[in-house]
Amino acid sequence: MKRDLITSAIGIIVFTLFCGIVYPLFITGVSQVAFPGNANGQKIYVHGKLVGSKIIGQNFGDVVMKNGKPELTAGNPVTTPDPRYFQTRPSGTTPADNAAASSFANYGPNSVVTEQAITSNIQAYIALDKAPNGTPYYPGGLTAGKVPVDAADTSASGIDPDISVRNADIQAYRIAAVRNLSLGTVDKLISTYTSGRGLGFSGEPGVDVLELNLALDRRTGGS
Amino acid sequence: MTFTGWLTIFLFVTLLTLFAIPVGGYLAKVYTGERTFLDPLFAVPERLAYRVLHVDAAKGQDWKQYARSLIIFSLTGWLLLYLILRTQTLWDFTGLNPMHYHSGTWSVSFNTASSFMTNTNWQFYSGETTMSYFSQMAGLTVQNFLSAGVGIVVAVALIRGIIGRSGKSLGNFWQDMVRTVLWVLTPMSIVIAIVLVWQGSIQNFSHYLSVDGITGLGQQIAMGPVASQEAIKMLGTNGGGFFNVNSAHPFENPNGFTNFFEMLVVLIIPAALVFQYGRMSGNRRQGLAIYSAMMIMFLGAASVAYIAEAHGSPAQHAAGLHTQVLAGSTGGNLEGKEQRFGIAGSALFDVVTTVTSCGAVNSALESFTGIGGAVPFANLSASEVIFGGVGTGLYSILLYVLLAVFIGGLMVGRTPEYLGKKIEAREIKLVSLGILITPLTALFATALATASKAGRASIDTAIAHGPQAFSETFYAYLSQANNNGSAFAGYTGYIQPNAGNLGAHGITFADLLGGFDMLFARYAPILFALAVAGSLAGKRVSPAGLGTMRTDNPTFVVLLIGVIVLIGALTFFPALLLGPIVQGLTGHLY
Repeated sequence: MKRDLITSAIGIIVFTLFCGIVYPLFITGVSQVAFPGNANGQKIYVHGKLVGSKIIGQNFGDVVMKNGKPELTAGNPVTTPDPRYFQTRPSGTTPADNAAASSFANYGPNSVVTEQAITSNIQAYIALDKAPNGTPYYPGGLTAGKVPVDAADTSASGIDPDISVRNADIQAYRIAAVRNLSLGTVDKLISTYTSGRGLGFSGEPGVDVLELNLALDRRTGGS
Repeated sequence: MTFTGWLTIFLFVTLLTLFAIPVGGYLAKVYTGERTFLDPLFAVPERLAYRVLHVDAAKGQDWKQYARSLIIFSLTGWLLLYLILRTQTLWDFTGLNPMHYHSGTWSVSFNTASSFMTNTNWQFYSGETTMSYFSQMAGLTVQNFLSAGVGIVVAVALIRGIIGRSGKSLGNFWQDMVRTVLWVLTPMSIVIAIVLVWQGSIQNFSHYLSVDGITGLGQQIAMGPVASQEAIKMLGTNGGGFFNVNSAHPFENPNGFTNFFEMLVVLIIPAALVFQYGRMSGNRRQGLAIYSAMMIMFLGAASVAYIAEAHGSPAQHAAGLHTQVLAGSTGGNLEGKEQRFGIAGSALFDVVTTVTSCGAVNSALESFTGIGGAVPFANLSASEVIFGGVGTGLYSILLYVLLAVFIGGLMVGRTPEYLGKKIEAREIKLVSLGILITPLTALFATALATASKAGRASIDTAIAHGPQAFSETFYAYLSQANNNGSAFAGYTGYIQPNAGNLGAHGITFADLLGGFDMLFARYAPILFALAVAGSLAGKRVSPAGLGTMRTDNPTFVVLLIGVIVLIGALTFFPALLLGPIVQGLTGHLY
C-alpha cells in the first residue's frame, strides 16, 4: 500500500514530464522545422496584412449599418453576405465563422427548429442570387429543390473552409455578373481551388472559398 | 449513396485487418518480453524508469496486488489532473497560457478529471475557450496516455489469467505500464502527430491569431499544440478534442486523407490486441473467431449508418430540400457535417469512434437522422465490445466469450470449458456482474437525470423537444458510463458567457452525476475482469476431448454475436424506443 503510494507519486511526475512536456515539445520542434507553414496555421497575408487561414472558413459579409452605427444582435454586428464574394456554408457559431469558439448547431433530424433554420438558409441563398432589379443570376432562377444540401445545412465545425462544387458553380453566375467576368473565367478559378478526395476515394471534393475569393480579388481588384 | 462511399468502407476494413495482424504480433512480443526492433532505443530508459519508480519489475503480482497498484496509480493521476485544472493561472509563468484563461468551476474540473482518467473524455467544457495550453499538455495529454495504458494492461492481465499455466501471477502492473508507454503509445504517437502536421494540423504555442478578413469583418483563430494531442487522442481511443468541435475542426482533421488515417489510428490497437490474444493463447483461430464477430457487427453498424444518413432527414425534406446525390453535391443529411468528409466519411467516422471508447466526432451526432443516430446508441448498448477501447474492448468481449461458453455449455449439457479451463460458478458470477454493471449504471443515471428538475436543466430546450430531449439525456449517461465521451452535444453541464471562464458556472448536478457515472462504470468492471483473471490463473488445464465445445469456429462466432446482441437489446430496447427509434420511424417534426 505505502509502496504503491510512493511509486504512484513518483510515477505520475515522471509520466507527466515525459508525456506532457517532452513529447509535445519534441513534436513542436520537429513540426516547426519540417512544416512551419502548416504548424502555424497556413496563414495568408495580402499586402502585409493577415487576412485568414487557408483551411479556416470565414464570413464574407459586410456589417449592416443602422443610423450610421453597426446594427448589433447580442453584442455582435449583424452582417449581410457580400455578393461579390463566394459565400461559405451556414455556421452554427456565434458570430458566424467564429474560429475562437467553434461549435455545432446541434439541430435535430425531426425538429421544427431545424426545418425553420434550413428554410431560412434556403431563402437567403435564393435571395442572394437575385440582382438588384430582381432577376436571378442563375439561368431559370433557383428553387428550394435546386439548392445544394451544403448551402442549406449547417456545417459541423462552424468554420468549414469548403463548399461543394455544385454550390460554387451556382454562385459562379452571380460572381461573373457582379464582377464583369466571363462565366468561363470564374469556372476555371473554381476548378483551380477544388481539392479532390483523399487518396482518390476518401471524403468529398471541396472548393476552398477563401483562396477562391482572394484569386478573384487579384483579378478584378478587391474591397 | 455512392460507389466511392461503399469503397471507403470496404478499403477501411481491409487495410485495418492488414495492419492489425503485424501490429498484433508486435504487441505480443512486447508483453511476453521477446526482442523487438525498438529494444535498442528503449531498453535503457526502461531500466532507468524501474530504478526511479523503485519497482522490481521481475516480481509478479496476483490479481489483488495488480488491481491495488492500478487503482492507486489512477487516483494519483486524478488528483494531479484536478489540481492542474484548478490552478490554471498558477502556471502562467510557463508561457503556456497566452490567452490568460482562469480555471473553470470546481464541478466541471471534477467532471473533466474523472473523464480523462477513465479514458472517457466526455467534455462539458469547450477546449479553446476554457483550457490553457499547459492544462491541455501536462494535464489532459498525460491522461490520454495513461488511461489508454491502464485499459491495455488490464486486457493483457486478463489474457495472462486465461492462458496462465503457473500460479497466480498476472504480471507486473508497473512493468506493463512502462512498456506500454515506451514501446507502444509514444513511438506510434510521434509518427501519427508528424503525419498530421504534414497534412495541415497545427502545432505551436502562439497567442490566438487576429485576422483582418477579406471583407474586414475580423476573426480570431484559436491556436495551440494540437497535433501532439490529436495523435494520442485517436490512438488511445480517448477522444477528447483540443477544440470544441473535436475532429470536425480543420486544424484537428484537415482533409479526406487525415479523416481516413485517423479512423485507422483509432482502431489499430483494439483490432491488433485481438490478434495478439490469438498469438499469446497459442491458437490464432481463437483470436480470429473474436475478430470475425467484431467485424460482422462493425460492418452492420457502418452500413446502417451510411444508408440512413444518405437518405436525408425529415426536417430537410419538410424544408423542400432535395437530398439525392447530384454531380458536385453529396446529397444526404449534411446537417452538422463537413463538406470535405461527406456522408460516408462522417457516418463511418462516427461508427469507428462509438464502437470504440474513442468518442471523437467529426460531425454533430445530435444532427444524425433517427436511425443514423440509433447506431451510436446501439454501439454503446453493446458495451463497447465491437473492437472497443484500447484494452477495454478485449477484456469486455472476453467476459462475453466466457458467458457464451457458459450458455453454450448449458445447451449441450457439458461442463463449460474455455481453453481447457473449467468455467465454474465463481467465474460466471464475476462475469455477469462485470457485464451488467455498465448498463445498470447508465440506465440508473439516465432515470435520475430525466426524473429530476436538476437533471432536466442540462437539456438544450431551444432546439431539443420531445424524443430529442430524451435522446440527449440518455446518450449523455450512456456515453459516460461506457467511457466513450461522444455526445448529443446540446446537453450541457457548463454555462460560459465569455471565453476564459470568468463569470461561468457549472450545472453541478450533471457534472457530478456524470463524473461518478464514469468512475464507477470504469473501475467496477476492471476489478471484476481482474478478479476473473485471478480466478482463472490458478486453474489446471485439461486437454481438449471429443466433447469439448469449440470456441474457434463459425458456430461459436454466431453464438457470441447472439449473446452480445441479446443482452444489449434486452437491457436497452425500451429506452432506445423512446428516443432515436421513434424519430427514425416517423417523418413527424417535434
